[in-house]
Amino acid sequence: MNVVNVEDVRVLVMRVGGTNCDAETKRAFDELGAKAEVVHFNEMAKTKNLLDYNALVFPGGFSYGDYVRAGAIWATGTLTRLKADLKQFVDEGRPILGICNGFQVLVEAGLLPAFNGISEIPEATLATNIPIGYRCKWVYVRHENRGNCIFTKNIPKGKVIRIPVAHGEGRFLFSKEKEEEYLQKLIDNDQLVFRYCNKDGEPANGEFPTNPNGAYYDIAGICNPSGTVFGLMPHPERAFYGWHLPDWTKTENVPEYADGKLVFESVMDYLKKRF
Amino acid sequence: MSRYVKKDVPFELVEIDLATADDKELLQISNKMGIGLNLNEMKIVQNYFSKKQRNPTDVELQTIGQTWSEHCYHKTFKGNIKTCSGEVRSLFKTYIAKATEELDPKWCISVFEDNAGIIDFDKNYAIAAKVETHNHPSAIEPFGGAATGTGGVIRDILAVWADPIACTDVLCFGPLDYDYNKLPAGTKHPKYVYRGVVAGIGSYGNNMGIPTVNGAINFDESYVGNVVVYCGCVGLLPTDKFVKNTQKGDVALLVGGETGRDGIHGVTFASAELTKESEEISRPAVQIANPIEEERVKRAINKLRDSGLASAITDIGGGGISCGTGEMAERSNLGIHVYLEKIPLKYQGLAPWEIYVSESQERMLLSVPKENLEKALEVFENENVTAAQIGTFTDDNILTVSYNGHKVAELDIDFVFNPPKFEGTAQWQPPTLKEPTFAEPVNLTEQLVGLLQMPNIASKESVIRSYDHEVKGNTALKPLQNKYGGPNDAAVIKPLSDSWKGVVISCGMNTNYGKIDPYWMAASGIDEAIRNNIAVGGRRIALLDNFTWGNPQKPDRLGGLVRACEACYDYSKGFEAPFISGKDSLYNESPMGPVTPTLLITAIGIIPDIRKTVSMDLKQSGNTLYLVGKTYNELGGSHYYQLNGYLGCNVPQVRLESAQKTFKAITAAIDNGYIRACHDLSEGGLAVAATEMAFSSDFGVTLDLGKVVRSEDVCRNDQVLFSESNTRFLVEVPQNRRAEFEALMKDVDYAAVGEVSTEPKLVVSGLDGKQVIDADLAQLRKRWKEPLRG
Repeated sequence: MNVVNVEDVRVLVMRVGGTNCDAETKRAFDELGAKAEVVHFNEMAKTKNLLDYNALVFPGGFSYGDYVRAGAIWATGTLTRLKADLKQFVDEGRPILGICNGFQVLVEAGLLPAFNGISEIPEATLATNIPIGYRCKWVYVRHENRGNCIFTKNIPKGKVIRIPVAHGEGRFLFSKEKEEEYLQKLIDNDQLVFRYCNKDGEPANGEFPTNPNGAYYDIAGICNPSGTVFGLMPHPERAFYGWHLPDWTKTENVPEYADGKLVFESVMDYLKKRF
Repeated sequence: MSRYVKKDVPFELVEIDLATADDKELLQISNKMGIGLNLNEMKIVQNYFSKKQRNPTDVELQTIGQTWSEHCYHKTFKGNIKTCSGEVRSLFKTYIAKATEELDPKWCISVFEDNAGIIDFDKNYAIAAKVETHNHPSAIEPFGGAATGTGGVIRDILAVWADPIACTDVLCFGPLDYDYNKLPAGTKHPKYVYRGVVAGIGSYGNNMGIPTVNGAINFDESYVGNVVVYCGCVGLLPTDKFVKNTQKGDVALLVGGETGRDGIHGVTFASAELTKESEEISRPAVQIANPIEEERVKRAINKLRDSGLASAITDIGGGGISCGTGEMAERSNLGIHVYLEKIPLKYQGLAPWEIYVSESQERMLLSVPKENLEKALEVFENENVTAAQIGTFTDDNILTVSYNGHKVAELDIDFVFNPPKFEGTAQWQPPTLKEPTFAEPVNLTEQLVGLLQMPNIASKESVIRSYDHEVKGNTALKPLQNKYGGPNDAAVIKPLSDSWKGVVISCGMNTNYGKIDPYWMAASGIDEAIRNNIAVGGRRIALLDNFTWGNPQKPDRLGGLVRACEACYDYSKGFEAPFISGKDSLYNESPMGPVTPTLLITAIGIIPDIRKTVSMDLKQSGNTLYLVGKTYNELGGSHYYQLNGYLGCNVPQVRLESAQKTFKAITAAIDNGYIRACHDLSEGGLAVAATEMAFSSDFGVTLDLGKVVRSEDVCRNDQVLFSESNTRFLVEVPQNRRAEFEALMKDVDYAAVGEVSTEPKLVVSGLDGKQVIDADLAQLRKRWKEPLRG
């Protein structure tokens, strides 16, 4: 596929019943000049071809009510019906982004962390928050990636960004017996992307509310070994404009954009250079 | 011989021998069938069928019972009420709608007529707003009751073709530490109810992806037996896509959830008093929520709207399909033939009348021209939403219902939709109350801490954060301000990508004042809702009214209701803030007595540019704090009195002329950018407002009570600090804007009363110049956050 102009970049924002962050996610890409389309999974499977798109997004929400386990039903559906296309999509380095419920889907589908390619069974999970309960608030995350993740290329390593979370199941976990081994892999492969931290960038060390859900190693977002599949619990699309910021009314002149834009910009830069 | 004759058909159908029933038997029939009709109404039904020379079926009686219920028809508000000064023919027309009619603003597109009020917004878009009550179900099953209340009001927004963009919720509970031993049989503990209701609201709104952005929580003993749950929703619609034009031959399309036995007799249950048997008898009246189903329905309906395939829409809520089908036919002056066997069921075994009146959730009714049917069905199929053709609209003005080829009901729509008038007597006696006399407390800091810890004033953060208030990415002013979670006065939503215009959502409610005088409770509620809106930059305000009252057949309850309605007219008209929609819930009585009359006023304003929005947290040390508005000796019903065990009688009034000027002056100052922070004075008065503004920032505040503009009878520090007089704002103005600001305030009461200081402390000097409060703000914030930590 040869894309010449930014407006030819085709981003697929996929949704199913219960997805509810699709419009603002599309808006973020559109604002940067891309052509994002919100497509229902039914329509996708029936009449569309995944490989017609340059990037794929699983947005936030409660897909299929998140019955069973957050993201599990969609992940199963996606895998079985689009398996071959998805594999090719990843193999060709086309970016995939999962936000909140989308992150849960990517993990459930084995697309993340995908240490050895797409895994048959999930290698991690996003468990019920500790303390238990749905929570909507702004947090700080520190950028930990050394340059592998194409979604955060425009964010310097060590930069602290402000971004909101809103979920009840966001506690990133590996299975107990493998957690150290897997964490080492994440670090070695440069798959660790965001960690919850305080405003000075010091890791939360599991402490609530700096770490809002009890995630292992304060993990907020990870990518796959090739850096083209990225999932995170916080919502960059809700931290896009300056007036999204929790304290924008403090400033005399409202900033035009907020930190979440960096994620969308990074992937757009990648797409522009690549095609 | 039984009056219930089973008909010879292959399903359950009963004919009721009404013709020969005497008065006692008529009431027995009404009771046995659970239709809640009184004797007069039963006689009219009897008369109708005797003219038809036949007896009614159970389907027919149930249909009439549902449609004539207080919940569906609002008999009390439309009825005739005798008062000491003459007869009021319809409270609704005489007070609520009259103000709107007389104001007749160009920007009101549809008021009171449809499922939600519709007002103009921007470009080709309108705003729809509706607030519902869901008290009775929430008392029986808190989670399900509150969740389906939210689901129901969202459907009201869908039913005017709007896309829901924000939810609100205002809740009233008994004290969370209420003594278990004092609970009457069948009444659930306030803590259980509180947890369930909050979880229910969060679950529905979050799952559907609609931000819950505004609300309030109130606590009072009278809510122990009568929980109050107000669920509101605001929507956005392209004005030219609104269609309400059902034609003869159009297909009645039922979409969404399947029909089951949940929610049988919801409306008749909602129109009766709660008793200790309510749990057992009325458990089936509470519906079961499935927000994901409604999310899918929403998507499909938005698509259908944009493609113009349907001719009308309504929601299936109270009274089920029996009300929805009848209403849609009546609205277009048509009849309808409904085929009950075509209604998708959750399970088999429902009698026809159950199918017809079930209030199972997530269902909408559409009328679709035949030629569009195929395309419309495809829209629903693509979203995995079930759509069933359940009937056809006719031009005979008759509601015909059949089941498997047998006619089970045939009613004149005119008859069904013209219930007999409610007749009531209203008698309001002012309670005998006195102002308390007690010495001014020596330690006012302690009083302030006491106020901050009152559940009505304490931080609601644990509740608010369990609601997603940012989904859709359009929330410009959040309910909680920045890192300390300061309580903003209103929420601002920026719904259009290509416009800076915002929707401003706020509310007002002062139930304690109603114990003194419902008139001033209503006036204060209106003032509070408007001033909350004005405080963040809102204007051009539309109002919604929600009444929760006791049994209107009791003259004192009705008397209070009439007084509240009088104020609604006076202040809606006076503030040029028309009512656009409302809803009442009466018969809120339990073994513990009637609910405290609870009027919620919701205000929907606009702000031309959201970048001018003002939040309540202090911004910069050295800035001046002005108190705008005058402080009166009005502590009756105040939280300060309540804290000290008094009610009092000097209830806050609203002085229309000066209030109008004050609101306009604040708006002008915001538009000119002179105001950096603004907070309305309400619960806890000046002291609580100043404290909240300060501890929501990293700054401090110094106040000089001697500077406050006040009436002559305000002569104590506690009165200045804690009076809850209406129409007052505490505003932060930069030094270099003072002159311009003061020029704008020249016609209103105002005074520079303090300053933003660097050190995070609240320092107040009293009327005699001596320091009366010197408190650490981090401590005050901590105390404020403690009580409802979750």
